[in-house]
Amino acid sequence: MSELDEESDDEPAETDGGVRAYTVRLELVDEPGELLRTLEPIANNGGNLLSIHHERGNITPRGHIPVEVDLECPPDRFEGIVEALREAGVNVIQAGADRYGEELNVILVGHLVESDLSDTLSVIEGNEHASLVDLSLAAPEGMDAVSSARLRLAVDTGRADDALETVREIADEKDFCVVEPLLGGDA
Amino acid sequence: MRLAILGAGAVGRSVADLAGEYGHEVVALADSSHATVDESGVAVADALGSKDAGDALGSHDPEDVFEADYDVLVEATPTTLGDAEPGFSHVERALEDDRHVVLANKGPVAERYEELRALEADSAGSIRFEATVGGAIPVCSTIEDCTPQSVTAVRGVLNGTANFILTRMAAEGLDYEHVLAEAQDLGVAEADPTFDVDGTDAALKFVILANVLSEGGFSLEDAEVTGIQNVPGSALDLAAEDGRTIRLIGEATREGVRVGPRLVPENGALAVTGTRNIVQIETKNAGSLHNSGRGAGGPETATAVLSDVGRLPSL
Repeated sequence: MSELDEESDDEPAETDGGVRAYTVRLELVDEPGELLRTLEPIANNGGNLLSIHHERGNITPRGHIPVEVDLECPPDRFEGIVEALREAGVNVIQAGADRYGEELNVILVGHLVESDLSDTLSVIEGNEHASLVDLSLAAPEGMDAVSSARLRLAVDTGRADDALETVREIADEKDFCVVEPLLGGDA
Repeated sequence: MRLAILGAGAVGRSVADLAGEYGHEVVALADSSHATVDESGVAVADALGSKDAGDALGSHDPEDVFEADYDVLVEATPTTLGDAEPGFSHVERALEDDRHVVLANKGPVAERYEELRALEADSAGSIRFEATVGGAIPVCSTIEDCTPQSVTAVRGVLNGTANFILTRMAAEGLDYEHVLAEAQDLGVAEADPTFDVDGTDAALKFVILANVLSEGGFSLEDAEVTGIQNVPGSALDLAAEDGRTIRLIGEATREGVRVGPRLVPENGALAVTGTRNIVQIETKNAGSLHNSGRGAGGPETATAVLSDVGRLPSL
């Protein structure tokens, strides 16, 4: 998140709420300067580039080159970035949350609040394939006792295990009990 | 078939009781200290009546069972972990004498599967163990019918006590300790429910299934097991908010065995209620099959033993 701090300083109100990772799939015409022309609207609109996967050898049926750009930005800026790309004439194939093909629920049980819930959540959000959609907390015995939280995560298709592994690791570290969803089979 | 039954607990005695109904004859019956052997047929009711009155089951030594002229040894002694003794030695002895063995005891099949199969390979007898997994529910025989190679995974609920506790917690909004006490009062949970609630019992069954799928290679220590003791009522409430519930679910694949509390759709097939058990057999070519029913109990488990006996070839 630190890379974006400079941006946040410019317009603190708009970036309150942190940043989130997004993937944008683009198709570029095979011409010099195309890639650079694409990246400008992202940087100019508050996006922080994380990685660019330029599949030069993999031409689409229309003769274009598919490019996958991972970026992070405050959620309220993402729409603007996609719009700026389209205004610049870039062919946006897939943007942001659209890539999340699966949703999964997981319940954590333990001293969730005392062990810094927001840290737990940011570790989970740190997994590039997962994004927290919502959270429901139940602490019938009070915040300093054992509580339960249900996390609904959006995950990239086929990456549920990867996302769950991140959940298991942080749960292990903080001594939580994890109630995982049953993946596979038609339960 | 002439049956020699080792173990006079709920399962052993039900097998003895029901054997005649299924066309078989009991020629020996033993508990841990005494036996009754009669090659013209044991008087089952008398022997069990004597045991219930606090007397010896019979006048023979348990050793004498192996000398009897039997076709099938029914191993229904209590499940033990690790070396799975004395169950394993009982099976070994019968196979060395070229007799069949039907097990209700999970220990040898979960902990020493390859050794059992090796003994079987050198014997004219064979082993079957339907009763070790899911009581009355045909699980092993269904996998056998599908052929193990075409089964990719087996998942489900194979511990009625844990399932009862989770069902009650969700329905009544009660906490674990409260419901456990209730389950003990009802006789659904044993005085020491450790193996049921910590997942060990379910894990043994899924280890057996993993062994069936992979032709061996697994024992209890290979299983990743979490119990339900730490699942609070609030977790079940959160699950319900989203149309889900929590069940102690086991999974056996060729990669391994996992047992733990899992989120499943509230109205899905695996969310059976009360002490009911269910298995989902995932096949390569035919989707999923679900078998559900009573996973424990004397007569229920005895029917699985007797079905196995019926599947054995004549010696």
